[in-house]
Amino acid sequence: MQLQFFIQLLIAGIATGAIYALMAVGFALLWQTSGTINFAQGEFIMFSSFLILWLMKLLNIGLIPAYLLSLIISMLLFGLLFKRLLVDPLLKYGDVPLIIATIGLGMVIREMTRIIWGANALPFPSLIKNQVLNLGPIRVGLADLVTIAVAMTIIIALQLFLNKSFIGRSMEATAQNQQVARILGINVDRMILYTFLINAFLVTSAALLVTPRLLAKFSSGEAFGLIAFMAAIIGGFNQVRGALIGGFLIGIIDNLAKFYLARIHLPFSDSTLNLSPYAPAIPLILLIVIILFKPEGIFGRKEERSI
Amino acid sequence: MSQDPNNTKLQHEIQGQRLLKSKLSPSYHYLMWALGLAIVLALILAPLWLKSYGLILLCTWAFRTIAVQGLNLTMGYAGQVSLAQAAFMGVGAYTSTLLIMKAGYNYWLALLIAMLLSLLIGFLIGFPALRIKEGHYLAFVTLGFGNLIWLVLRNEQWLTNGPLGIRDIPRPSIFGYSLFEPVKFYYFSLAMLALSSLIVWFILRSPWGRAFKALRDNAARSESLGLSKTTYTLLAFAIGSALAGVAGVMQAGLVEYIDPDSFLLWRSLLLVMMLVVGGSGSLIGPFIGAALVTLLPEWLRFTGEYYLVIFGIGVIIVMRYFPKGIAGFLPYLKRRFFTKEVQA
Amino acid sequence: MATSKQSLLSIKHISKAFGSVQAVKDVSFEVFPGEILGVIGPNGCGKSTLFNCILGQLTPDKGQVVFKGQQVSGWLPSKLALSGLGRTFQLLQVFPSMSVRENLLVAAQAHKGNVLSRLFMPPDMGLMPKVDAMIEAFRLGHLADEEAGRLSYGQQKLLDIAMPLMSGSGVVFLDEPAGGVNLSMLAGVKDLLLRLNREQQVTIVVIEHNMEFIFEVAHRIVVMSEGSVLMIGTPETVRRDPKVIEAYLGH
Repeated sequence: MQLQFFIQLLIAGIATGAIYALMAVGFALLWQTSGTINFAQGEFIMFSSFLILWLMKLLNIGLIPAYLLSLIISMLLFGLLFKRLLVDPLLKYGDVPLIIATIGLGMVIREMTRIIWGANALPFPSLIKNQVLNLGPIRVGLADLVTIAVAMTIIIALQLFLNKSFIGRSMEATAQNQQVARILGINVDRMILYTFLINAFLVTSAALLVTPRLLAKFSSGEAFGLIAFMAAIIGGFNQVRGALIGGFLIGIIDNLAKFYLARIHLPFSDSTLNLSPYAPAIPLILLIVIILFKPEGIFGRKEERSI
Repeated sequence: MSQDPNNTKLQHEIQGQRLLKSKLSPSYHYLMWALGLAIVLALILAPLWLKSYGLILLCTWAFRTIAVQGLNLTMGYAGQVSLAQAAFMGVGAYTSTLLIMKAGYNYWLALLIAMLLSLLIGFLIGFPALRIKEGHYLAFVTLGFGNLIWLVLRNEQWLTNGPLGIRDIPRPSIFGYSLFEPVKFYYFSLAMLALSSLIVWFILRSPWGRAFKALRDNAARSESLGLSKTTYTLLAFAIGSALAGVAGVMQAGLVEYIDPDSFLLWRSLLLVMMLVVGGSGSLIGPFIGAALVTLLPEWLRFTGEYYLVIFGIGVIIVMRYFPKGIAGFLPYLKRRFFTKEVQA
Repeated sequence: MATSKQSLLSIKHISKAFGSVQAVKDVSFEVFPGEILGVIGPNGCGKSTLFNCILGQLTPDKGQVVFKGQQVSGWLPSKLALSGLGRTFQLLQVFPSMSVRENLLVAAQAHKGNVLSRLFMPPDMGLMPKVDAMIEAFRLGHLADEEAGRLSYGQQKLLDIAMPLMSGSGVVFLDEPAGGVNLSMLAGVKDLLLRLNREQQVTIVVIEHNMEFIFEVAHRIVVMSEGSVLMIGTPETVRRDPKVIEAYLGH
């Protein structure tokens, strides 16, 4: 009984975690290659979901075509324009002005969304009609399985691209050391642009998968951004793998914490304590513990710079 | 020593360099003093022509300025990003309110405890983050802390009344003389602002101020001269957080109501923006930034719901073209209009 | 010469690798009080890495640093500086937006009082006589209130050397004090080091590429090659040693 519950929660957690991983990987990529700490990441995701909804209604098309169309728009907005208009001019002043500017951008996106589409949460279609599958004694949501499948496909494709293709390896070299990459004849600026495009692709995909679970709401960006952050730092922001695993970890912790914190048996009594409102606190506490004991993240490399 | 023949060579080399010395015109100081006095006088006399709404705005400006002054220590002088300034205001506001309303503490004692608690928490959460020299770990830790505080305030209903918040928060009195009325509360806010400004000015003119500046300009060099980056950034952050605690107490008294949502992340972000738009690393930056954010909604009332959009775009433009904020113009004006170059 | 005295600073078997590159290999030597010790070697032989390992900017993989009988390896740079190990960096590092006086105050202030007491001291902390004496010694008197960034390169270099001397004790490590300085200034720097050493008994460890300079200034010389110590000796013995001649002077 116990174990079977645990496995069900674990599968749901992996589904959530796969989406979180998509949110976090792009964030870590931007950070690695260009030093951009993108505080508007959550708003990018939130806006993408409204974009999909709007395209569906405007052009009277289905979810998938609308998603593909918004991929293009999002790559233009959050890839090309974001980099050219905001990041490039600001990066030379150091990282703090850029952090502030992305905070400002996040605010603009959030408020614009509220003005255009209103403050109410809108329903968002899911890829597939959910139904419960019985796999032996274990009950699994079909939607969760589809989410895992789609997210894993994207993640594996991305990993293959980064590790096997020439462009991917050039991007990796750029992330490791820009000077060396330049000496090797890599067009560093082009590689950085690619990471911005990939990030745009990932946020829109994350929006496609996450919004059916939470509805589309203008204020949900903050929570998404926080997840991207935590996943990247807990896993290790200087490795794509770190952010990936960090995302899965937070997703799993989320689901397990919500369930088990609601049923804490107090010693020497029959009553139980419901601490489930504090489930979101677990990743936050994990974050602080990680920073305290292993600041480079669970899977990150230690960096030492000579002077 | 000057008899040493080898040294005349060196001396010759040094003095042979022609150097332009900049000379500041004395009218600059007169102008600054006059301007400063005029503003202080206007603030003191403000109740003569402002109605209570205007006074509330000025009180808001006062407590926001204090919070931003604290943030300026962390960001402008210690070069670290804190995203929990509003959360520290929440710590201050809830601590003092609960002490006064539930435990019957004296207002001033509650204010002091709220401030010390914010200081202590600042040390506790700053320490793990600031041990690490590279990167913006303080930003991440404070982001987490702000969310934790919000969760606690929301869920510990027995203590904080949860999302409904606490109403009818009392205002202070001094020696039995109530400061409840708007005018009196305004003077209380003004006095607190003066006190906070004095403290910040005192810190920055002390050797600490020089240490902050040195560490911000070149941390590796400063450390090699015996200045500990961890120590000074931690001190700046903790003191900055304590000022936020005080600002939170003042906000609770002014609004007479607090709830967890008043101290959400975006409030912290707003304080960060006040600082950078006003000018971080400058003594007067916080006054300007807080004034802009407090008064702009009044002036931009015609923009209605577009206000925050315009403000956000404004922040981006300021960062893009004037990364030193509005206060960054002053040194420019000083150089441009009040400085002459003379031969040394 | 000071070799008969007890050693002030012992470097014991320091090693440091970056990835697969062994930058410093099992380096050991002693520094005696009151001496000027030269460290020479070709570019990339690990001299600066060695300094960074001794002074806390890098953590050595192996080895120990013992200062005044105390094990100090692994200490933070600021703590080492407070205990009396000062340094300059290979690249000029003054605070360009501060005046010459303020630069020296920054350098001196950590050595007076504790953190809390410093908050309540006047801005100059009563250190002005000391600062002015240093400015006088470096012949920078007429520039005392000028922003350091407006000084010439040579003047900034002097200020850079003056800063670690403000601690007033221990050992000062100078990383290429003569680098990028013109000939007449070079004589000045050399004279300054000798005078500081003679009059104030300052112990100096100096990295330098300019052999002429180091042979005239140093009492003893450590010769490094490919990360390890080739030999240690007086300038005369080093100059005459066939290994050294082969390695550096022989062309």
